[in-house]
Amino acid sequence: MKLTRRTALLGTGLTTILSRAGRAEKKYGPGVTDTEIKIGQTMPYSGNASAYGVAGRNQAAYFRMLNETQGGINGRKINLISLDDGYSPPKTVELARQLVERDQVFCLFYPLGTQTNTAIHKYMNQKKVPQLFVATGASKWGNPKQFPWTMGWQPDYHTEGAIYGRHLAANHPSPKIGILRQNDDMGNDYMDGFHEGLSEKMKKFIVADVTYEVTDPTVDSQILQLRNAGVDVFFNVTTPKFAAQAIKKIAEIGWKPVHYLVGVAASVGAVMRPAGVENGQGILTAQYLKDVTDPRWDDFPDVREWRAFMAKWNPNANVLEGSNASSYSAVVGFAHVLKQCGDELTRENLMRQASSLKDLEVPLMLPGVKVNTSPTDFYPLQSLQMAKFEGDHWVLFGDMMSLDKA
Amino acid sequence: MAAITNSWATRGGLGWIAILFWTLLAALPLGGLFTSDPSFDYYMFMGQAMLINAIAILGLNFLIGFNGQISLGHSAFFAVGAYTAAILMNFAGWPYWATIPVAAVVCFGTGFLFGFPALKLEGHYLALATFTLAIAVPQLLKYKLIAPWTGGVGGLILDKPDPPEMLRLSPDQYLYYLCLILAMLSFWVVRNMLRGRSGRAMMAIRDHAMAAGPMGIDTAKYKTLTFGVSAGITGIAGALSAITVAYVAPDSFTLQLAVSFLVGLVVGGIASLPGCLIGGAFIVLIQNSSQSISDWMKVTFSLRYDVPAWAIYGVLLILLMYFMPRGIMGGIETLWLKLTHRKETQA
Repeated sequence: MKLTRRTALLGTGLTTILSRAGRAEKKYGPGVTDTEIKIGQTMPYSGNASAYGVAGRNQAAYFRMLNETQGGINGRKINLISLDDGYSPPKTVELARQLVERDQVFCLFYPLGTQTNTAIHKYMNQKKVPQLFVATGASKWGNPKQFPWTMGWQPDYHTEGAIYGRHLAANHPSPKIGILRQNDDMGNDYMDGFHEGLSEKMKKFIVADVTYEVTDPTVDSQILQLRNAGVDVFFNVTTPKFAAQAIKKIAEIGWKPVHYLVGVAASVGAVMRPAGVENGQGILTAQYLKDVTDPRWDDFPDVREWRAFMAKWNPNANVLEGSNASSYSAVVGFAHVLKQCGDELTRENLMRQASSLKDLEVPLMLPGVKVNTSPTDFYPLQSLQMAKFEGDHWVLFGDMMSLDKA
Repeated sequence: MAAITNSWATRGGLGWIAILFWTLLAALPLGGLFTSDPSFDYYMFMGQAMLINAIAILGLNFLIGFNGQISLGHSAFFAVGAYTAAILMNFAGWPYWATIPVAAVVCFGTGFLFGFPALKLEGHYLALATFTLAIAVPQLLKYKLIAPWTGGVGGLILDKPDPPEMLRLSPDQYLYYLCLILAMLSFWVVRNMLRGRSGRAMMAIRDHAMAAGPMGIDTAKYKTLTFGVSAGITGIAGALSAITVAYVAPDSFTLQLAVSFLVGLVVGGIASLPGCLIGGAFIVLIQNSSQSISDWMKVTFSLRYDVPAWAIYGVLLILLMYFMPRGIMGGIETLWLKLTHRKETQA
């Protein structure tokens, strides 16, 4: 204990000296100088989830663009250290410690993965280092009382599930609900939210709840199981590959349930096209981002700007991959928070700024979706709009729906 | 398998090098007294990871190097050890130190039982059978019936142990010593087993199983027992990993972990005890340094694209195997023999 206390003392001593050396209004935490802000990140560039690695590359490209065209943020260049954790939790722990203790980064931004972030959740909060805008939809990241240094970004699965539940309860008085879900945290979060949205008295209408494993080859037998149970409202909690299989199989057997498909799997390029657009007509989902593959959005300034950015700074990326759009809006949101910090670049101020966003509009969000946080609300995005698949794209309908947790 | 030489594992006379080496390892945390580098605790954490890998590789080496049974599934035993420790700490409220022997015993049992069907399989077939273990265990951990205990996909979050107040150590220094003591213990046990009758029997089976039988060696007994001990040692490493990382999840124990043990084993040197330590350090260092080399290449040669870190890892491995086909310990030994031989002829 002696050592840590000593290092802690030394650390505070140094910061005082540093802050005194600078001009009075400047206050810097670790990783910040007059010319640079050092940011850390863990990403699965290799391993099972390496497809998500595009997010880290895209954000590195964005900071490169900021550094080269605008001289960084408030005159400080952004130095993003993005490391490969291969989606393995122990490796994430090692890398987070490397970033925090050896490289002395200011904060972690957009570390990706639910289990990997869980592994460092406690550590980051003990060290009081911001774990900001984590790239996972689990609902546990918005808990400022216990974990004041961790914040999510995207609408969490719980919120989204609740919105489907509500929509279903409002439109189908006595349904026979069947659920297909992935046997993991994502599936469970969606389910909890769905139950909440359905409300207590509607829960009895769930007649079948079947699961599959990420490693299963197909979900064909689960689909048959659901149809045989007499299901007429189908809640599809799957990842892209399985969603496409399910949509195809449902059409094949001539089954026509009301079909809710989770946002994770509502990609036109990765799911609806491979499954056959004619099979997907009428499927319902909820969205918060503009579908950049849809030509309807082409004339919006933010989409144009994004396309220009991708063409110039990240030309090798595939613009059809959803991560390139979602990671872009997150990094723009983060850059905004850094700018708000001004010259008071301390970890405390970073969290203060991140938790006082009011109606912030970031690029590529649907019209009306705004970022809102407060010291008690650590869920930046909580609004979604229902959409229906018609022709070859999603058509939005109804109002923006949200679930207030704070 | 007959090509394996036993290296220094069974030879006497070099004990002082080992003692010196372990003393050096034990002295490392004292560096904290002379440095105020805030990343010192991080290096201690790296040291823990290296020691844990070394113990796991020791378990694997016991099986492959000294008994000739190939396993691609040691990540499974590592996982069983980790989960045994995690479940006992989380649900039964056991202190962390008490879970380690239990993890060893549970893994010994699992390994021993797996050893029976493994008897029917030799060489590549056994490798494939163990391969299924590595694939199956992360899946089984998510199985609904046991999910309440394993935490399912989400895994279990543990409390990192605090060092006793009187020792005046930081938590990372303390855990380093915990890993070091268990590593020393494991190496000592293995060394003594190898030097005795059972060690000779194990190696006889490796070198010529058919000849070992008529010599009076109960091959079935020795093979299953070796499998059990090997799994038990790897289980200790698993328990330590759960304690030091303070989190277990199925994603932590993928096939890649099993392969990295094997890489560490081959790089360090098959059938070499010091090789296990080298291999353990290697698999921690190489991944980090290949990332740094990749960054360095990108900056130095101002490349437009990233050089994939794993490609560099591959190239480094190929180079190593080309220049030191018997692993680092094998290479050192060859060099040593050359040097001493030259001296002798000169004299």
